[in-house]
Amino acid sequence: MTGGLDAYAPFVGAGTIEELRLLGDQLRNRRVQNINSTAVGGGVAEILNRLIPLLREVGIDARWDVMRGGDEFYAVTKAIHNGLHGKPVPLTDQDVEVFRQTTEQNLRTLELSDDIVFIHDPQPAGFIKRRAPGSRWIWRCHIDLSSPWPAVWDFVRESVEHYDVAVFSAPQFSRTLPIDQVLISPSIDPLADKNRELDPHTIDSVIAGLGIDPSRPLVTQVSRFDRLKDPLGVIEAFQLARKYNDAQLLLVGGSATDDPEGREVLAECRERAGTDPDIHVVELPPTANIEINAIQRASTVILQKSLREGFGLTVSEALWKGKPVIAGAVGGIPLQITHKYSGILTHTVEGTAYWIKQLLNAPEFARRLGENGREHVRQNFLLTRHLRDYMLLFLYLDHLGESLVGLGADGRGR
Amino acid sequence: MPTVARDSFRFWTRLTLTKLTGRRASDLAELVEQLRTVPPSVVFHHTHHFLVQHQHLSPEPPNDFAFWVSNVLQEEQLGERLAAIDTIQFAHLRELRDRIVDVIDAYLEQRKELRAAPTGEEFHFMDAVSFTLPTRYQAWTLAEFAEALRHVGNATIAYHLFEARLRVGSDDNDFSRWLEQELGERELAPAIRKLDPYTHTSDGLRQRLIALIEQRIRAEAHR
Repeated sequence: MTGGLDAYAPFVGAGTIEELRLLGDQLRNRRVQNINSTAVGGGVAEILNRLIPLLREVGIDARWDVMRGGDEFYAVTKAIHNGLHGKPVPLTDQDVEVFRQTTEQNLRTLELSDDIVFIHDPQPAGFIKRRAPGSRWIWRCHIDLSSPWPAVWDFVRESVEHYDVAVFSAPQFSRTLPIDQVLISPSIDPLADKNRELDPHTIDSVIAGLGIDPSRPLVTQVSRFDRLKDPLGVIEAFQLARKYNDAQLLLVGGSATDDPEGREVLAECRERAGTDPDIHVVELPPTANIEINAIQRASTVILQKSLREGFGLTVSEALWKGKPVIAGAVGGIPLQITHKYSGILTHTVEGTAYWIKQLLNAPEFARRLGENGREHVRQNFLLTRHLRDYMLLFLYLDHLGESLVGLGADGRGR
Repeated sequence: MPTVARDSFRFWTRLTLTKLTGRRASDLAELVEQLRTVPPSVVFHHTHHFLVQHQHLSPEPPNDFAFWVSNVLQEEQLGERLAAIDTIQFAHLRELRDRIVDVIDAYLEQRKELRAAPTGEEFHFMDAVSFTLPTRYQAWTLAEFAEALRHVGNATIAYHLFEARLRVGSDDNDFSRWLEQELGERELAPAIRKLDPYTHTSDGLRQRLIALIEQRIRAEAHR
């Protein structure tokens, strides 16, 4: 899907690529073992698939192991996941025992001898008990920890406290911990099908296939059919905004066949849209990356009216395409949008409707928001920044507690 | 013949890793309370990261405190005062912190009620670890210095102009010191010292520096 590091130079500049190689030189042959719980599917596997080859290209001996667990274990970790998201879930002695046993089984077969062990999410968090002397351990949390259920967080924290560093995606996920905490946001890959440049013909044919009129403004939300993404609020906001403006709405999301709640929400959206010819509710398979890319590029305004959000990378995807984005001020979204500089943050249906009207009627302002947004993503949310942060984190493990670290030939400490 | 330095100027770059402190504030009282005790590097982060991360925006980007106070607490009068704090005048981060605290304290004395940030929009105090490493750019003459300035990253300029002074504790910015000591530039060095880097975008600042140096090279050629 993607080329090597040099393929990113057109987006971030040759200087940035050079910096990455300089950092790689400082970490040459360092052994870094990543461990998570799934090889395919989900954001963590997607990120590791993209980052591991780049880490290796700059000289780091990076590898990736996947832990094993049975259905019972994954039922417990699903409960832990929900609890960390704030859902009041009981964690029984039996659950704790299942977690402990699976941890032990994995530790019997896994070799944990690398210089740095990089553990992703709660499932393998307990592996820290087999820490080799002299090794450094990182716990990377990809979950919204802003208001975890206390009993569940206490259970996970017992392990986390033994790591050297914990990594979170947004500031509000940080907890009170006796170890260093670092902010590393996720990223988008500008070379992936979902984000790469498309020729106008591809965009036109996708839009035509969906029955959308390319000559009229298009307001879009790309997201799962999930109540936390507030699709009904999107329809309501659109209907309010449309009273005095001509526009079409497209709600597009992944297929909801495996998810009972998703099916319900999709049906509610279709019912709310009724026979309105300007409201399109579309289900696409998870592999429809080029279609999503084309839809984002054809849109006039993009919404992400989430009520709760882990990070909300669809915002960066839209901004990268230079689109004005109106989004809920939740999760990692305020990191991606500075209100009225690089997008619009809203809290209500009415506020969303107000800003849809404003942006449809002030195309110059909307264009500037999109331009600033694209630049903000270029600086902060591309894969190369993610790679840089991981390398800085690895280097920081040699300098825990320091705030100024001099690297380079003469080690100038400034 | 142009003056040639005995010791060259090596351009360094600075990369930062953002740390989370777990400290947060929901209103002005909590903000000022935390500000009194956070490490100076936290103050540096919240008054300077905007300069590099939002370099495409207009000059005078707000510091995080001003931005949060204006946009989240909607205390626009105080936000304006915080944005107007003249960061360049402070030689030490402690002094900058004291000034921010004084401005908030003075405002709080006149206000009875505190506005609370909506849930999820609290102010999160962050810190940063700075990593410095040498770039391949080096200069022995004024012309080479100007040429290097065209190529180095924005973080390099930010590092030598304000980070070296405020975080490392040098009493001068790196550019002025080298130009004065190595090339005897007694007018150019103070001119750069007098630049307010906080009122330019990163690219604007680079252009201004190059213009000042080129002006000096031309003047020298006409002598």
